[in-house]
Amino acid sequence: MNALLLLIYNAVLNGTPLLFGTVGEVLTEKTGNLNLGVEGMMYMGGALGLGGAFYYEMFAGQNASGFLAVLIAILCAFLGGAFGALIYSFITITLRANQNVTGLALAIFGTGAGQFIGEYMRTTSGGYVAISNHLKSAFMTSPLPAALQNIPVLGPLLFQYNIFVYLGIMIAVLMGLYLRRSRSGLYLRAVGESPSTADSAGINVTRYKYLATILGGGISAIGGMVYIMTIAGCVWNHEGLAGEGWLAVALVIFCLWRPVSAIFGSILFGALMILYLRLQLPFIPDQIYKILPYIVTVIVLIFTSMRNSKDKQPPASLGLAYFREDR
Amino acid sequence: MHEQKIPLIRLAKRDSMEPWKVWCIRGSSFLAAILLGALIFLLMGNNPIAAYGTILSGSLGKKTAIRQTVKLAIPLLGTALAIAPCFKMRFWNIGAEGQITAGAMAASYFALFWYDKLPAPLLLLVMGVAGAAAGGLWALIPAFFKARWNTNETLFTLMMNYIIIGIVKWLQGGPWEGRPGSQMIPMFDSAAVLPKIFGVHCGWIIVLVMTVLMYIYMRHTKHGYEIAVIGESENTARYAGMNVGRIIMRTMFLSGGICGVVGFIVASGANGTLYDGVAAGVGFTAITVAWLAQLNPFAMIGISGLLAVLEKGADTLQTRMAVPASISDIITGIFLFCMLGCEFFINYRMIFRGKHKEVA
Repeated sequence: MNALLLLIYNAVLNGTPLLFGTVGEVLTEKTGNLNLGVEGMMYMGGALGLGGAFYYEMFAGQNASGFLAVLIAILCAFLGGAFGALIYSFITITLRANQNVTGLALAIFGTGAGQFIGEYMRTTSGGYVAISNHLKSAFMTSPLPAALQNIPVLGPLLFQYNIFVYLGIMIAVLMGLYLRRSRSGLYLRAVGESPSTADSAGINVTRYKYLATILGGGISAIGGMVYIMTIAGCVWNHEGLAGEGWLAVALVIFCLWRPVSAIFGSILFGALMILYLRLQLPFIPDQIYKILPYIVTVIVLIFTSMRNSKDKQPPASLGLAYFREDR
Repeated sequence: MHEQKIPLIRLAKRDSMEPWKVWCIRGSSFLAAILLGALIFLLMGNNPIAAYGTILSGSLGKKTAIRQTVKLAIPLLGTALAIAPCFKMRFWNIGAEGQITAGAMAASYFALFWYDKLPAPLLLLVMGVAGAAAGGLWALIPAFFKARWNTNETLFTLMMNYIIIGIVKWLQGGPWEGRPGSQMIPMFDSAAVLPKIFGVHCGWIIVLVMTVLMYIYMRHTKHGYEIAVIGESENTARYAGMNVGRIIMRTMFLSGGICGVVGFIVASGANGTLYDGVAAGVGFTAITVAWLAQLNPFAMIGISGLLAVLEKGADTLQTRMAVPASISDIITGIFLFCMLGCEFFINYRMIFRGKHKEVA
């Protein structure tokens, strides 16, 4: 029982950066923009988020507040990702360049920028970028009252996570409600399914695409920050995010473009990522375990295309630029 | 007034443009990229002219530097060539990274276990063929599902990358591990290493020959024509009696095969061993190379050379001016953004409000 609890706990923890990355990308893809630059945006978010908290502490010194540090980190990461997504949006929406290629260019640019910022902070601050334990606890421990956390079984299962787990689930649920239940969400989906139809219905296609892509990019980037601040232990290392962003792109498919399913998907992927530590089977080496999330995604991809059912497809205009005068 | 309802800028597709204008636009976007890069150097507190000078002298200044730069350009060019036919067909193969790794893995198998059983030239040939076959087969899997069930190839090929890289990681720490605990595959026997010509492994000759062949294949063969038709309109191809599914699979096998050869060249020529980072992002960068070259094989030589200069130059920049080498990715990114964006001005015409005369 205890081992299982621990597995679930760690799966949720490892899945949370993915959840942010995925939910942001779902919003982007729902408007028909396939932004493959998630990895790049998450890198920028990770570096800038860490940088925000680091310089805030340097500035505020002893009386730095944990809450404010978290807020600043979120804001910095969001702005970093939003900036990347803005470049992407301008080039693909306004200038109508190929989305795949632009997304890859953003991935190259973003990983470079993230690494660069991380390295730069390291060299200018004397070789080591880390925040104090006092602030770390704001990022890594639960914000909920101890009474809740100490409930047996339920405590560790529900109440002992860091603040980002709850934030991520909240964002996913809100986005699910927005996309499914609100008029604006319907418009947004219409833009992704058939921009010309949406356009003739009077929906401002360009505005929806821009806003969703930038907001989505920002949310994805928060995932990068969460990875650095919780899993990587608030330190910038050369490994960076280790493919977390690409996994988020996979998870978008796995959850069939539904934010609420992304919650369960991210926990599952988180479990698959750490399964090799918890459940050692003979004859199955660690590295083979680690490719499980990708194999699972491929299988889902194949089955959805074979079944070809209407509500499980990618947005119809995914990856295509919209040009009103085109027929 | 009626005038108010017309938006400030309207757009229209352009049919054609004089070549000199096209090159003016491309030239100015290139200049814009250089200026943006200079801005970053300025923000960093470095002299941009000195920084660019270091990049140039570090990559092209000495004979050894040029060799290093060529070594970086070889896989980029080779992979861009592989991607060209797929992208021409509008099949978004972003799995070159994995296909390179698959090819390198198959070539390494022969390098590690057959080096004492075959004479050197034959061994290299077998390695190359094995690399091509493995890369091709790895690419054939998503192509098959695309042809049969229209499975989304962008996402499928992307996933295939991480699967094969995971497998190589496993080989590296498991069955093929050299010294126990080292997590490394031993270096190849000298028989399995590509010979050098002018100081660089002879992969550059292979890649240049492939450039010419790919040009002929795309421009002057029936296959190339079929690829172009499918890229323009799949339905047209179908009405014309082409077997679209078969052409997709054939082209992807070819594309993956070339990637596999690149994997063989990198493993055997540049690294002399196999490790999980054998592709090192080349598969992604090469896509942008191919696209910026408008899928023209000869233009790819120039662009891959340019990116190689940036990468090698940034290494020198790190040692000489203590600028992190990841600056090369940033500048590459800026360069790509500018070049991608500038195509808009070539393909579209802007009509400003108030200008009523139609431009022919």
